[in-house]
Amino acid sequence: MTVLKINAVGKTYGTLETVRDVNLSVNAGERVALLGHNGAGKTTLMRMILGLTPISAGMIRVLGNAPGSKASRSVIGYLPESVAFHAALTGREQLRHFARLKSVKPRAADDLLDRVGLSDAADRKIRTYSKGMRQRIGLAQALLGRPKLALLDEPTSGLDPISRHQFYDVVDELAQGGTAVLLSSHALTELEARTDRIAIMSKGRLVADSNLSDLRHAARLPISVNVTTHSKDADLVAAKLGGQRVNGRSVVLTCQQDDKVAMLGRIAGFGDLIKDIDVIPASLEVLYRHYSAAEQEGE
Amino acid sequence: MPVFTIARLELLIARRNMWVATAVIMMALFTVVLTLAGAAPTGTLGVDPLIVATTSVTTLSVYLIPLIGLLLSFDAIAGEAERGTLALNLVYPVSRGEILLGKFLAHLAVLGFAVAVGLGLMVGLTIWQSGATDMSLAPVLKLFVTSLALGAAFLGVGYLISALARQTGVASGIVIIVWLVCVVLYDLGLLGALVADGGGDFTKTVFPWLLVANPADAFRLINMPTEAVSLLASGVGPAGGVSGFAGQITSILLWPVIALFLAWQAFLRVEP
Ligand SMILES: Nc1ncnc2c1ncn2[C@@H]1O[C@H](COP(=O)(O)OP(=O)(O)O)[C@@H](O)[C@H]1O
Ligand SMILES: [Mg+2]
Repeated sequence: MTVLKINAVGKTYGTLETVRDVNLSVNAGERVALLGHNGAGKTTLMRMILGLTPISAGMIRVLGNAPGSKASRSVIGYLPESVAFHAALTGREQLRHFARLKSVKPRAADDLLDRVGLSDAADRKIRTYSKGMRQRIGLAQALLGRPKLALLDEPTSGLDPISRHQFYDVVDELAQGGTAVLLSSHALTELEARTDRIAIMSKGRLVADSNLSDLRHAARLPISVNVTTHSKDADLVAAKLGGQRVNGRSVVLTCQQDDKVAMLGRIAGFGDLIKDIDVIPASLEVLYRHYSAAEQEGE
Repeated sequence: MPVFTIARLELLIARRNMWVATAVIMMALFTVVLTLAGAAPTGTLGVDPLIVATTSVTTLSVYLIPLIGLLLSFDAIAGEAERGTLALNLVYPVSRGEILLGKFLAHLAVLGFAVAVGLGLMVGLTIWQSGATDMSLAPVLKLFVTSLALGAAFLGVGYLISALARQTGVASGIVIIVWLVCVVLYDLGLLGALVADGGGDFTKTVFPWLLVANPADAFRLINMPTEAVSLLASGVGPAGGVSGFAGQITSILLWPVIALFLAWQAFLRVEP
């Protein structure tokens, strides 16, 4: 079931076109990552979905409802890029307030405080919270009432690695419960295992929208294979495989996805000379650079 | 009901930020001082001591209530926009009208509480001083209700400024200017025009309506016996009587509605 439908959407501020002809849909239970440089238009797109800023062109529907309508607002959970709360309130007071606005029992707010690991600090004033703790309150309020669509704008910025891990656990749980999740991020590597689909924005345009392995295939980015040998054999292996020696005992080879198995076969042929093999697929960073650059050349 | 959810939170915030305490202390302090001071010279004249007290408290309230109203409201929209809490609030299924109304109810409650404490002290002190028990409480009730209306008008003006300014610093500057104009400069201007006119057409036809058009002046006219007005408000009062009680009451009840409506319209145009 399609929860979010974005159809040829554009946004202009005066003469500045910040989002252009974006088509994207997110289904129930799907986790979609929105990638892009600063200023690519990710936040603007989310604000249009929320009805916080008018759409200049195209159409957006959330379960068939117009952005900003009460019907669409009551099914969306939103975590803003730099989330802020009333400093004079405690985390529990703030969250219970939001629960009431969403017609959710205050009890659910308390459960969510537990879920994001804030129950100990729940009765302290928010002004005493660290950035990470505020982010957790932000996540908790976005989860209130089991939203049909979760919009999370750079949710893991400011979180330490363990918190990030916990954060993605919560996102997984949310998606398993049927929520469509659209999240934007800068920290590319963490997305690899944690999202179903990746949409790349560059200068307001959507330049890619697919799952990770399809994106890799389409980009035909080389895979690198890192071969560790005994030091005396490194030169020999490097020469025979046509790779590059990087330090005393390692040889780095690159090949296309289709040649990977054949390449591994040849490496295995060296038998005892090889101590270890690491296969490193093109990282999201490289992929992202590829798609952004392709877009710029096309202009 | 989202309106009450918003109002409840705003009340909590007002308590935390000491706004309730500040408003109550201000009202209580000035009321006590004026009640005690006002009673001294007139105590022997045989006038109802409560009338004397309400008259002196009215002169104070004309300044204090608009000020408290503006101070409670100037941050309401600009502050949230600036701190970044507005966007998140607007994403919840609650309309801007409901948000504004919720804040208004909370702030009006704070103001009402402060005025009630002040007037309670006034009545108590007066009874204690004069020993009288058969005083009519009608003027006190009238003062309370019109104080709420005056406060509501300036709360609305404060929200309007807050929505238009979008920055708390700017909004706080503007409300102080608006306060000065409404409660001080406006009357001075009218007085100047009155003197220049020398009892001509302006004094008879335009002036009474200009006077009553200012809610602070309408408030003063409603709550002061005419002779007291002429004494305390530098002669501005008697000529104001022409517009009549109906005009005064219309002014003070219409202002909150107009100001809140304009504030709502301005708020609708704020992009968080
Ligand atoms: N209110 C605004 N007025 C004018 N330009 C804006 C406004 N908001 C955002 N922009 C511009 O839109 C572009 C996209 O911004 P944004 O959506 O915040 O990017 P991202 O979230 O991907 O970093 C930027 O060039 C930004 O300067
Ligand atoms: Mg952004």
